[in-house]
Amino acid sequence: MATKNESQSSAQSKKISNYITMIVLIVLALSIAALILAIGNYTTGLSETGATQAGSFLSAGVFAVIGLIALVMSVFTLYQSRRQTAEMKIEIPKVMTTIQCTSKNCDSKTIREFQRGDFVFKELDIPCQKCSGRQMVTAIYKEVKEKEKTYNV
Amino acid sequence: MYVMIREVENSLHKLKYIKEEGRKTAIEAIKEIGKPAADPSARVDRYLEYFTIGPQSMDPAGIVNKLDHILDVRDQRLKDEVKLMAPACDEVQINNLENTLEAAMALNFIYKVVRHYYIQGKKTLSLYVIMQLQMILPMVMKEAEAYSSALKAFAYGQPIGDGVGPLIAAKLMHGYEIRKVPKDCVVATVPFEGRTLLVLKAEGPGGNVGKPGDAVETVIEENQGKIANVIMIDAGLKLEGEKVGEVAEGIGAAIGGPGVDQYKIEEKLTKYKIQINAVIIKEDIGDAVSPMRKEINDAVDPAIERVKSVILERTKQGDTVIVVGVGNSIGVGQ
Repeated sequence: MATKNESQSSAQSKKISNYITMIVLIVLALSIAALILAIGNYTTGLSETGATQAGSFLSAGVFAVIGLIALVMSVFTLYQSRRQTAEMKIEIPKVMTTIQCTSKNCDSKTIREFQRGDFVFKELDIPCQKCSGRQMVTAIYKEVKEKEKTYNV
Repeated sequence: MYVMIREVENSLHKLKYIKEEGRKTAIEAIKEIGKPAADPSARVDRYLEYFTIGPQSMDPAGIVNKLDHILDVRDQRLKDEVKLMAPACDEVQINNLENTLEAAMALNFIYKVVRHYYIQGKKTLSLYVIMQLQMILPMVMKEAEAYSSALKAFAYGQPIGDGVGPLIAAKLMHGYEIRKVPKDCVVATVPFEGRTLLVLKAEGPGGNVGKPGDAVETVIEENQGKIANVIMIDAGLKLEGEKVGEVAEGIGAAIGGPGVDQYKIEEKLTKYKIQINAVIIKEDIGDAVSPMRKEINDAVDPAIERVKSVILERTKQGDTVIVVGVGNSIGVGQ
């Protein structure tokens, strides 16, 4: 029951987020239209004189302000939602397995990606390529690539 | 207040996503390894809601034994539940699946608690509730992300940072005869520079922490208390600014958890007046429950050297020393 409700609510939220994206895109289109109108009115106003010219410049200014505000707001909303989606992704680092030969005189060492069933001190069926000795998993670890911030204190 | 609410909301969305991913991972792992006849989703959902009620502490006398009993019952109950969900699993896989489900359970709990305070703050329009939540969110998110990466590690049986203690013990005991001791632990007798080391760890390679308290008690009693020193090796929480994999040495029972094992060890040590030393490998909470970092793996050899130097400095030839590798043995054999 809980699962059904959860999947329903997640589908609902997805629907809402799609509507919001649609609205933002419409606002974006309208803001561009407003900016084009502003440019149009301004160029028309250049060829006019007196009160008509003042009216054209005023309407161009109003359209420009509305267009710019709407443009900034919609771009910001889109950027925020994209950032949120990027933050949701959880990176899974690669886990490596080190295999070494158990023979005392052999220094064979292989590093490969972790496979399900590997564990430290597991003896492998595959013999060593150098001396045909037994091979064993000696280490399993992940390499963290991100650099930690350092503070000079 | 609006900015804070937005911040909490965003984190809550992320927590929900992590929690759902955790549930999905657990179900997939059960389906893949356990080959259940029916869909395990409903049972997993029920498992995620399990709770444990601690013993009453108004009269604290004997509370440790009560807590120990409750934890045993809980452990058995959860194991039985996993066996029902995944009938085709062996003991190692059951332990791994149990750990996977426990990580999913922790994520579910974190999400629900954060949601509770968020809704309460919005309902009461209390700035202070939201403010407190917003202040601790970075730590909560860090823990949730750690559990999220632990899920995969548990499902695949990869060693985790907390397993550094058992890994050191395993390196010391490897090649020697091993026998089982209660509960879910193994011990090996290892000769070293005229001393006899009794090296203990939780049985691997399944996800298992065992009960080192019981194991140390058993080994001490087997030797009639004639133990010169107990050395405990564990992963220790590092402070910000300290390096991951740093080895430190000190005194006391290095063991986490609810305190039952620490109590049992300290009781026995006091009874027989046995010295206790600890060696810790520093890591943060995220490293402790996620796949073992290379830095931690590289710290194993220096830690072994440190243990050996403690033995040489603090004991004499002919002495018997217990060396305990504390932590989760997932992905670590012996």
